[in-house]
Amino acid sequence: MEGTATIEGDEGERRPWKQMDDRRRRHLSHESTSLFCSLALLLSIRFAAAKGFARQRQPTTENHVPSNFTNFPQKMASRIAQIRLVSSHPQVYEPCDDSFALVDALLADRKKLLDHRPTICMEVGSGSGYVITSLALILQEIKTAYYFATDINLHAVRVTHETLEAHGVHAELLTTNIAAGLEKRLAGLVDVMVVNPPYVPTPEEEVGGDGIAAAWAGGENGRSVIDKILPIADNLLSEKGWLYMLFLAANDPLQICLQMREKGYAAKIIVQRATEEESLHVIKFWRDSDIRMEGNEAVTIAKNRGWEFLLSQLSRLSFRR
Amino acid sequence: MRLLTHNMLSSNIKGVINGFPLLIQAERVVEKQVDFNPDFLKNMFSKIDWKALADASKTMGYDELPDEVPDPSVLDSQEFLQKFHHALLELHLEEGALVCPETGRRFPVNKGIPNMLLHEDEV
Ligand SMILES: C[S@@+](CC[C@H](N)C(=O)[O-])C[C@H]1O[C@@H](n2cnc3c(N)ncnc32)[C@H](O)[C@@H]1O
Repeated sequence: MEGTATIEGDEGERRPWKQMDDRRRRHLSHESTSLFCSLALLLSIRFAAAKGFARQRQPTTENHVPSNFTNFPQKMASRIAQIRLVSSHPQVYEPCDDSFALVDALLADRKKLLDHRPTICMEVGSGSGYVITSLALILQEIKTAYYFATDINLHAVRVTHETLEAHGVHAELLTTNIAAGLEKRLAGLVDVMVVNPPYVPTPEEEVGGDGIAAAWAGGENGRSVIDKILPIADNLLSEKGWLYMLFLAANDPLQICLQMREKGYAAKIIVQRATEEESLHVIKFWRDSDIRMEGNEAVTIAKNRGWEFLLSQLSRLSFRR
Repeated sequence: MRLLTHNMLSSNIKGVINGFPLLIQAERVVEKQVDFNPDFLKNMFSKIDWKALADASKTMGYDELPDEVPDPSVLDSQEFLQKFHHALLELHLEEGALVCPETGRRFPVNKGIPNMLLHEDEV
């Protein structure tokens, strides 16, 4: 019961385990509390494995270092944020499986992202800064990209700043609710948006606030904050804009895709990862003019383009839960 | 906070109609060197509210931008691009505040980060 022991342990210490387990406990308590104890050990092993994997992964294979970069220090050349350089604070969410899944999705799409040549990129809810830093590193050869990151938690924005600095990249930071303050002037300008929202189903009262609970508390079906972010993303995304967002099976990603489809977005699962405790999907959304057409024709085209496949994937996942 | 960010921010307090541009109260301005990138500047030129940028850069102590919206042909001038670059990206508001032009509400800027969070009665 390694995980449980640390929860009751020294409060003064840095407690990545505590955060993880708090979150999982909440999550599990809404599904299968009795499993918690037996799972806790398993989970901590998984977490350790995931962290180890992320750490190992960085110096390996085909590091695409543009030739003009070779005289930069090694840290500038790495493609994603390094865990040891990620700053932390007791009130700030540390990189977890969900963060890794989101960054893995960005890595999987790296070539497409480079070809996309985004001008404005944005993360909502940047937490430790692990994701926005990784995005900036992945796109580092695109000199014309500009980054924004927001978080509702003041400490998180500061920690994000430290993480970015430690990796020698920059993003403009705002303490704000989702994108409040940017919605007017930044409308239609964001080419890439990434979000790992608070997605854990919790009682509605737990949602929001400015501390660590805001990192996971997602209200009914974990959808409270997600459902606020989606229309804002729709407003901010440019014509060619892409949204990468992480969901749990309990959030009903199928329904989310259908809802986004009504607004003219196509969707694709970039990463899906079913662990014992959560089934995570990173879904990419983009505007598709065919989908905007009304009637059967659009449906036929969408089907040909793999919409049906997406639906079947998602319904299987939803069914599994 | 860079002035490009200032150019994208408005006050979104409930009931405010014209929350742009936010006035700058500068307590500490720092200059940080940023790689010069003409393509980026040309790309951003059409998205920038010129008057807001020119006024903001003056408040931050930089007086080199024309007050009137320049003709896009200036984008061929290296000298213009350098000034635009400096104002847009290299001037940082480190400490101070952004003030809603309509209500006078102050949004503090600490360690370069604006806090746009609203109180419950402002939403
Ligand atoms: C699951 S954590 C993800 C953190 C980080 N992006 C990562 O992947 O490790 C969610 C983050 O969203 C932030 N958040 C929650 N509600 C928010 C809101 N309404 N506006 C902005 N950020 C919010 C939380 O403070 C937290 O940092």
